[in-house]
Amino acid sequence: MEVRWDVFLIILGAALVTFIPRVAPLMILSRFELPEWGMRWLNYVPISVMAALIGQEILLNDGKFSPIANNVELFAAIPTFWIAIKTRSLLGTVLVGIVSIMILWMFF
Amino acid sequence: MSIENFQLETIPTPKEEDSFLKGVKDCIPTLLGYLSIGLAAGVVQKTAGLSIAEIALISLMLYAGSAQFIAAGMIAVSSSPVAIIVTIFIVNLRHILLSAALSPYFRHLTPLRNMLVGTLLTDETFGVAINQTVNKQQISEKWMHGLNLTAYLNWFIANIAGAFLAQWISDPDQFGLQFALPAMFIGILVISMIDRNKIKLDLVVAILAVIIAVASSFVFSGSVGVIIATVIASTVGMVLEKWK
Repeated sequence: MEVRWDVFLIILGAALVTFIPRVAPLMILSRFELPEWGMRWLNYVPISVMAALIGQEILLNDGKFSPIANNVELFAAIPTFWIAIKTRSLLGTVLVGIVSIMILWMFF
Repeated sequence: MSIENFQLETIPTPKEEDSFLKGVKDCIPTLLGYLSIGLAAGVVQKTAGLSIAEIALISLMLYAGSAQFIAAGMIAVSSSPVAIIVTIFIVNLRHILLSAALSPYFRHLTPLRNMLVGTLLTDETFGVAINQTVNKQQISEKWMHGLNLTAYLNWFIANIAGAFLAQWISDPDQFGLQFALPAMFIGILVISMIDRNKIKLDLVVAILAVIIAVASSFVFSGSVGVIIATVIASTVGMVLEKWK
């Protein structure tokens, strides 16, 4: 149960460089009246970030493009999207996603 | 969303504020996704040679999924501390965008209290919080803390459990749990798009973000790819909306 000194310093440094981007915009931008274009731009950030993360999670495997024909995650994404649109339930979407990929694994 | 709305609604309305407990409840759908990633992180960190105390420390202080995987991998191969810290800085830089996008909803708070809101900001808590903002001008501070602290505790427990399970599990990617994370992102994206009432523009932005994120991850790293995709796709969305 020991903490090595060099590992501690790495964790501390990593925590600090993660902390600043997390808090600085909230602390600074909430002080100002943002221009309209700035608000519009920020409005698209959630959509862009989530889509980018989904794209990488599903289409890439270890940094390489997964072949479409045997990309199980891509096929599992179809019922997952469908359930999300139909139910608008986050928990339901997660559960259907897990069940879908388990069923698909039986066929691949 | 017009700027006038924001100026009208800057007075806090404490009586209608969402409670801490509602924040805890709204966090529940995300728990499974991060439980699986946290377990995997625990296993990987233990396998990389970190002690239980170090795993506790990294999950509580760094509190970032992909960054912890990378840190464990780099510590295992004895990378220089500076290289590790710089890498993690880049991997976690996208939080700037998340934090900025949340900032209009926390204008009723002082900078110090905004700092506390942002300290535990993650992709998941951001996603849940931004889906709360439909027809709202601000997010409840208590609600946000309920959401953040629940996710934080879940992450810590998952990491420690993973560390203990490491002796038995070599491949934590079993049982389909690794798909919990993309499924959660899909849920957050779809729900927010349905609520926004500008599906066509949002679809263009989302598809563009996917293409850029995948393409640029071949040239740079995956995490830089997310930042590039977000900046370009959001800009395109802003410009298209303006010129429509």
